[in-house]
Amino acid sequence: MEIIKTVDLSKRYGALSAVDSINLTINKGEIFGLLGPNGAGKTTTLMMLSSLLKPTSGTATVNGFDVLKQSEQVRESIGMVFQDPSSDPVLSAYDNLKLHALLYDVPLKSIDAKISQVLSLVDLEKRKHDLVKTFSGGMRRRMEIARGLLHEPRIFFLDEPTLGLDPQTRDHIWQYIKTLAEKIQMTIILTTHYMEEAEKLCDRIAIIDQGKIVALDSPANLIRAIGGDIVQLRGVVNTDAVKKLPFVRDIRESDHSYYLSVENAAQNLQKLLAVAGTIDFVAVHSPDLKDVFLRYTGRAMREEEGDLAGHLRNINRVLERK
Amino acid sequence: MNIKKKLKAIYALWYREFKVFLREKSRVVSAVFLPLFWYFIFGGGIGSIGAVNSSVSGNYQHFIFPGFLAMTVIFTALFNGAYMIWDKKIDFLKEVLIAPPSRTTIFVGKMIGGMTDALMQAYILLFIGIFLGIPFTPRSILLSMVILAILAAGLVSIGLIIGSFMESPEGFGLISSFIIYPLFLLSGALYPLDKLPGWLKTLTRIDPVTYAVDALRHVIIGVSSMPLAFDVSVVIGFDIVLIVAGTWAFNRMKL
Ligand SMILES: Nc1ncnc2c1ncn2[C@@H]1O[C@H](COP(=O)(O)OP(=O)(O)OP(=O)(O)O)[C@@H](O)[C@H]1O
Ligand SMILES: [Mg+2]
Repeated sequence: MEIIKTVDLSKRYGALSAVDSINLTINKGEIFGLLGPNGAGKTTTLMMLSSLLKPTSGTATVNGFDVLKQSEQVRESIGMVFQDPSSDPVLSAYDNLKLHALLYDVPLKSIDAKISQVLSLVDLEKRKHDLVKTFSGGMRRRMEIARGLLHEPRIFFLDEPTLGLDPQTRDHIWQYIKTLAEKIQMTIILTTHYMEEAEKLCDRIAIIDQGKIVALDSPANLIRAIGGDIVQLRGVVNTDAVKKLPFVRDIRESDHSYYLSVENAAQNLQKLLAVAGTIDFVAVHSPDLKDVFLRYTGRAMREEEGDLAGHLRNINRVLERK
Repeated sequence: MNIKKKLKAIYALWYREFKVFLREKSRVVSAVFLPLFWYFIFGGGIGSIGAVNSSVSGNYQHFIFPGFLAMTVIFTALFNGAYMIWDKKIDFLKEVLIAPPSRTTIFVGKMIGGMTDALMQAYILLFIGIFLGIPFTPRSILLSMVILAILAAGLVSIGLIIGSFMESPEGFGLISSFIIYPLFLLSGALYPLDKLPGWLKTLTRIDPVTYAVDALRHVIIGVSSMPLAFDVSVVIGFDIVLIVAGTWAFNRMKL
């Protein structure tokens, strides 16, 4: 059963098409990943689906409600973890969550218990009464994830929720979210820069670049579609010669490396290296989601990219505030 | 959305405003002492010249005390809108706007929160007035509190409207001082309204605060230029216009 449907959803900022005629259908209970390089339009898409941002054209229905005409019902159906911190730093974690519970009409009697429950999930129960400004970046992130879960939304949007969290915490949080999602049939739409995370978690993935969906399928299908093996080459590569080889399907450059999609690398590697030029480094692996990403966007998805973008944004915000 | 949900949302927004208020004790202190300071400078200084005494029965300090109550409300109520800018900067506004309550409900919650802030400070000043020898009675204290609340509703709305449009604290400061000073200086807070030249008289009658000050004077020292019911009706009219404008401003506000 479909729970989100977009029809030619678009957002323009002047001449820039941030989101360009996106058509998507997401099913109930699905964990759906939105992947794309910085500036691809992921956040803009989530903002339109949550009715905070008005589309320039096109529309979407969320939980059966029109984001333009029934925005209140849409907002009742969703929870959101924003990409940037959005809690009040001079309130305690408890007060931030209490405010949230009241805004989302959580029954008064169960508010305190609920708050304790979600805060213990993210290991912050002991810091409950501390002001958020005394938290580390990761702690604040965890608190905001807990806050988003507090009212058990039908649809949960997470915009790079685990950015900057250590792997253990990430696993822990995802496990909980998955369990809860199954229990209450929650649908999850997330963006992430961690490819293994997306591969492991998501039922389906849409790769979005410059506002357009360039690929959409299950991680396994996306990887299978690439096929063969990936050969990574570093050095002075004679790309013209390499491209002429019949068993080389695709070649992409990223970050001083060439990534070749090669049929049967075990057999063909010798032939490849014979014409490839002066090679300092060779590696062969089966394709994974990173290679899918590179294929469709022409850019390597590196986890640091997300981290770096996050850091730059934080620096910007600090500067702006001064 | 049903009424209980609305009230919970309003309570939520009020709760936050109140927490912030309790935390920023320096603001409370300055907001109370600044008017007191002016009060003694003006009351002592101008009062001693005797320039305005002829039309003011008795004590000039008693005469201007209602004006300083209004001043406290003007400053704190309008300044409250600056928190909107802060909320935008820390992205907290997103968290509030993505929640189910309508923009109208959010405006009302913010307005009541801002009123609480402004009124707590005005009421503290009012009680200090008792010890300064202002001739208060229980009835006049109660009526003053009501009049101040009615005044605060409209003024807080002005602050919130400005805050909903502005992006920077500097911009907010600039625009709000363009409003704060005329509102205060034209309100007759410092001088009697009756003997003004024609053009100035017209200006004072455009200022809604004039009517609140006149009403306060009526109940506190028994001196006024206009009937109490008229004064209060004008201020309520001012509230209605600004609350409507405020809900409009919140509904059109983009992130
Ligand atoms: N308010 C705005 N005004 C002008 N342009 C904007 C605005 N918000 C976003 N954009 C532009 O829209 C495009 C998409 O931005 P968006 O934030 O959706 O990207 P994203 O995929 O979330 O990127 P990231 O991975 O960095 O978070 C970018 O080119 C961005 O510059
Ligand atoms: Mg983003």
